[in-house]
Amino acid sequence: MIQRALRAGAPQNRRPLGLAMALAALALLVLAPPAGAGVFTPESGGSPNADDISTLYEITLYIAIVIFVLVEGVLIWSLVRFRFRRGGAEPAQIRGNLPLEIGWTVGAALILVVLTVVTFIYLDDIKDPEVSSPDGLQAAEGVQFASIDQPAPPGGGELEIDVNGQQYLWRFDYPSPDLPADVAPAEGQLFTYHTMVVPIDTTVTLEIRSQDVAHSWWIPELGGKADAIPGHTNETWFKISEPGTYEGQCAELCGANHADMRAEVLALPVDDYEAWVEEQAAEIQEAQQLLAVQRRVRELTEQ
Amino acid sequence: MATQEHAVRSGVHTMPRPEVVVRGEGSRPRGWLEWLTTTDHKKIGIMYLFATFIFFLLGGVEALLMRLQLGSASSTLIEGETYNGLVSMHGTTMIFLFVVPVLAGFANYLVPLMIGARDMAFPRLNALSFWLLLFGGIAFYASIFFEPPTAGWTSYAPLSDDAFLPGGGIDAWIFLIHLTGLSSIVGGINFIATIHNMRGRGMGWGRMPLFIWAVLIYAYLLVLALPAVAAAATMLLTDRHFGTAFFDTTGGGDPLLWQHLFWFFGHPEVYIMILPAFGMISEILPVFARKPIFGYQAIAASTAAIAFLGMLVWAHHMFATPTATVILAFFMLSSFAIAVPTGIKIFNWLATLWRGNILFKTPLYFAAGFIGTFVIGGISGVMLAIFPVDWFLTDTYFVVAHLHYVLFGGSVFAIFAGLYYWFPKMSGRMLSEGLGKASFWLMFIGFNLTFLIQHSLGLSGMPRRVYDYPQEAGWEGMNLISTIGSFLLGIGVLVTVVNVLISLRSGRRAGNDPWRANTLEWFTQSPPPDNNFDVIPRVRSVEPMKDIRREVERKSREPAGSVAQPVA
Repeated sequence: MIQRALRAGAPQNRRPLGLAMALAALALLVLAPPAGAGVFTPESGGSPNADDISTLYEITLYIAIVIFVLVEGVLIWSLVRFRFRRGGAEPAQIRGNLPLEIGWTVGAALILVVLTVVTFIYLDDIKDPEVSSPDGLQAAEGVQFASIDQPAPPGGGELEIDVNGQQYLWRFDYPSPDLPADVAPAEGQLFTYHTMVVPIDTTVTLEIRSQDVAHSWWIPELGGKADAIPGHTNETWFKISEPGTYEGQCAELCGANHADMRAEVLALPVDDYEAWVEEQAAEIQEAQQLLAVQRRVRELTEQ
Repeated sequence: MATQEHAVRSGVHTMPRPEVVVRGEGSRPRGWLEWLTTTDHKKIGIMYLFATFIFFLLGGVEALLMRLQLGSASSTLIEGETYNGLVSMHGTTMIFLFVVPVLAGFANYLVPLMIGARDMAFPRLNALSFWLLLFGGIAFYASIFFEPPTAGWTSYAPLSDDAFLPGGGIDAWIFLIHLTGLSSIVGGINFIATIHNMRGRGMGWGRMPLFIWAVLIYAYLLVLALPAVAAAATMLLTDRHFGTAFFDTTGGGDPLLWQHLFWFFGHPEVYIMILPAFGMISEILPVFARKPIFGYQAIAASTAAIAFLGMLVWAHHMFATPTATVILAFFMLSSFAIAVPTGIKIFNWLATLWRGNILFKTPLYFAAGFIGTFVIGGISGVMLAIFPVDWFLTDTYFVVAHLHYVLFGGSVFAIFAGLYYWFPKMSGRMLSEGLGKASFWLMFIGFNLTFLIQHSLGLSGMPRRVYDYPQEAGWEGMNLISTIGSFLLGIGVLVTVVNVLISLRSGRRAGNDPWRANTLEWFTQSPPPDNNFDVIPRVRSVEPMKDIRREVERKSREPAGSVAQPVA
C-alpha cells in the first residue's frame, strides 16, 4: 500500500513528500506532551543541575530525531523507490558530486557548532553550585540555635559533606555541628552510612573519595555522576527543594556486590534537619562514651 | 614469463592459461596436518573465521545467561561474582576474540585476492598471527576452570590489583591481552607491508578497493594503539606479582593512569572494530545497487580522518573522573569532530543507493540494516560526547545500548553482510537466500527489541554491570522485553549457522562471479586455487571486474558479427 502510494506520487513530487514527512515528524514532536522522564529523557526533578542536564539532553534529542528521521527516511525511500525492477534501465553511473560532498560536510559541522554552543550555555549552571535559597540552612543564621552566640552554620552558605566509597557502602561525614560541649561529638564524628541526611533549599557540595577501589557516586534525580577514585577528590553538588528520599547506587563496577552498593539522600525541612543533627550527634557521642567505658573495662579486666 | 607479460599487456583474458607455480618442494602434508602447517592466506583466513565464530557463539551464550538473570527483578539464578565473570568474559570475548580478529580473518582471506597478489607479504608471520590469537583465546577460556576474571573487559585498577582480586582470572586476562595483542600487531605489520608493496599492476592508490583502504588504516591503528594496552597490562602484571605500584596509591601510583592508558588504546580499538566493517559496506552497496560507490575519495579520506581523530578522543570515557573542565571540553569537541567524517560516509552510502537498481539479496539486507542501526549508535554517540549529559548517562544502560548499536548493529551486521557476500567465493557454494533473509529479520528485530529499550533503562537510572535490581526500581518490564529480544537475536544467529552448514554440504554452485561484482577476487575461481590467479589482470579502474566483463562481452560478440551495442 505504502509502496504503491509512494510509487504513484514518485518522481515529480518527490521533494514535497519528503518535506511533508519531515514537517509531520516535527509537528508530532511539538504537539506531543512533554516526554516522560526516565523513558525519553533522563530522570531528574530533584535538583536544578539535574533539570539542566535533562533540558540539555532534550534539546539534543530533538536535533537527533530530526537527523534520524531524515537519514532513515532517505534510506527507506531509496530501498523502496529504487528497488530492482526487471527490464529497468541501467542506473546512471554517478561517481560523486563535489558541491554535494562539501554541502553535507559543512551541514554536519554546523549542527555540531550548534550543539557546542548549547552545551556551553548550560554548562555553568550544571557545573557550578547555586547559592542556597533564603529558606536554606545558612539564611536562618543566628536564629536556628537556642543560643544567640552560636557561630554560623557549617560551610558558610553551603553544606559540605564528605562522601567516602568503600566496598560496598557509602559513608557520609558531615561538618561538626557547633553544639554545646557536653553533646558535641569530636571532630569528624558526625557521620552516617547509606543514608545521607540533608536540609532542603540548601546547596550541598560533596567531596567524593574512595578508600579501596573505584566507585561512582550517583543519585539520578540529583544530577550526574562523580567517580570516586582512590587518591583523588571529586566534587559535585545538589540543592533539593522537595523533602523526600532520593535513591541511587554505585555506578562503577567495584566487585562482587557492586549491585548492592546503594545510597539514598533523605531531604528534610531545615528545622527537622537541625533536630536530626543534634539527635545523631548525641547518639554517636553516647555510643562513643559506651565504647570508652567498655574499653576501660576490658583494659582493667585484662590487667 | 613471456606468456604472462603478453597476457598482461593485452589486458583481459577470457580463458587464462594455466601456469605452474612451485611453492616449496616435496609433497605437502594432507588432512589436518595441512591446516596446522599452512602459510596460505586463504586457509589462515578460514581458520580465523572459524575460530572467531566459535568465540562469537561462546560470547553470545554468556550474553544470553546475563539476559536470563536480568529478565526478572531480584532473580537468584546467578550470583554477583559469577555475573561479573560473565560480564568480563562476554566483553573481552566479543572485542578481543571476535570483532577484531574476525575482521583480520576477512582481511587475510581477501586482501591478496582483492589487490591481485598471490599471498601476504610474510606468510609465516601470518600463520603466527593466527596461532597467537587461538592460544590467547584458549589461555583466557581456561580460566573458567579455576576462576574467571571479574573486573570487566576494562579491568580497571585498583579492582584488578592483587589486593582485591588475587585469583588467577585477571592474570588469564593479561595473558590474553598480550597474546592477542601481539597477534594483532604482527598481523597489522603484515597487512601494511602487503598493501604497500604487493598490489597488482595498475592498482594505484586511487584504484584500491575501499575495503583495502579500510584494512590498511585498521592495520596502522592496530600498530599504534595496541602497544599502549600491552604496556598497561604489563604494569598491571608487575603490580600484581612483583611489588610495583603503578596503579596503587599507597605506593605513589595512580588508578587514573590505568584508565588513560587503557582508553588510549580502547578508543582507537573502537575504530579498529568499525573501519573494516565500513569498508565491507562500501564494497557491498555498489554491487547490489548496480551503481559505482558515490564519493570514492571522500570515503577513503574520511576513513583516514576518523582514524586520526580516533586517537584523540580517549578521555571521553572518563568524563565523570576528577578532571579539569577544559580537558573535558577538548575531548567533547574532538569526539564531535569524528561525527563529521562518519556522517560523510553515511551520506555517501545513501547517495550510492539513491537512483540505483537495488537487488535485494541477503548481503544487501544486512548492509541496509547496518546503515539503519549504525545511525542510531552514531547519534547516541554524539549525545554521549556532550560531557554534562554524559555525567548522567555514563555507566548506565544507555551506554550499553549505544555500544551495541555501533558494535552489533554496526560491526556485526557488516560482518554478516560480508559473510553472505564472500561465502560463495570462499566455499564455492551459495548460501540459501530464504534462510539468509529469515536470519536477517530475526536478528534485526531481535537486536532492536534487545537494545532500543536499554536507552530508556539507562535514562531511568539503571547502571550497567549490575547482576540484580529491586522490584521497586520499576525496571522489570523493560528488562524482560530486552531479554526476549536477545533470544530472538540468538535464534537469528543460529539460522545463519544452520545456513552455512547446509550450504557447505549441498549449496548451489557459485561460479566465479555470482554477484556480478566489481573487485578482483571475483576474477578467479570459487574457491580460488592455491596461487590465487593463474594470470593477474592489469587493473584499469577502481572496478576492474566491470572492465573485464565489458571486455569479455565485447570479445564474445565480435566473432559472431553481432550487431548488439556494447553495454554503456
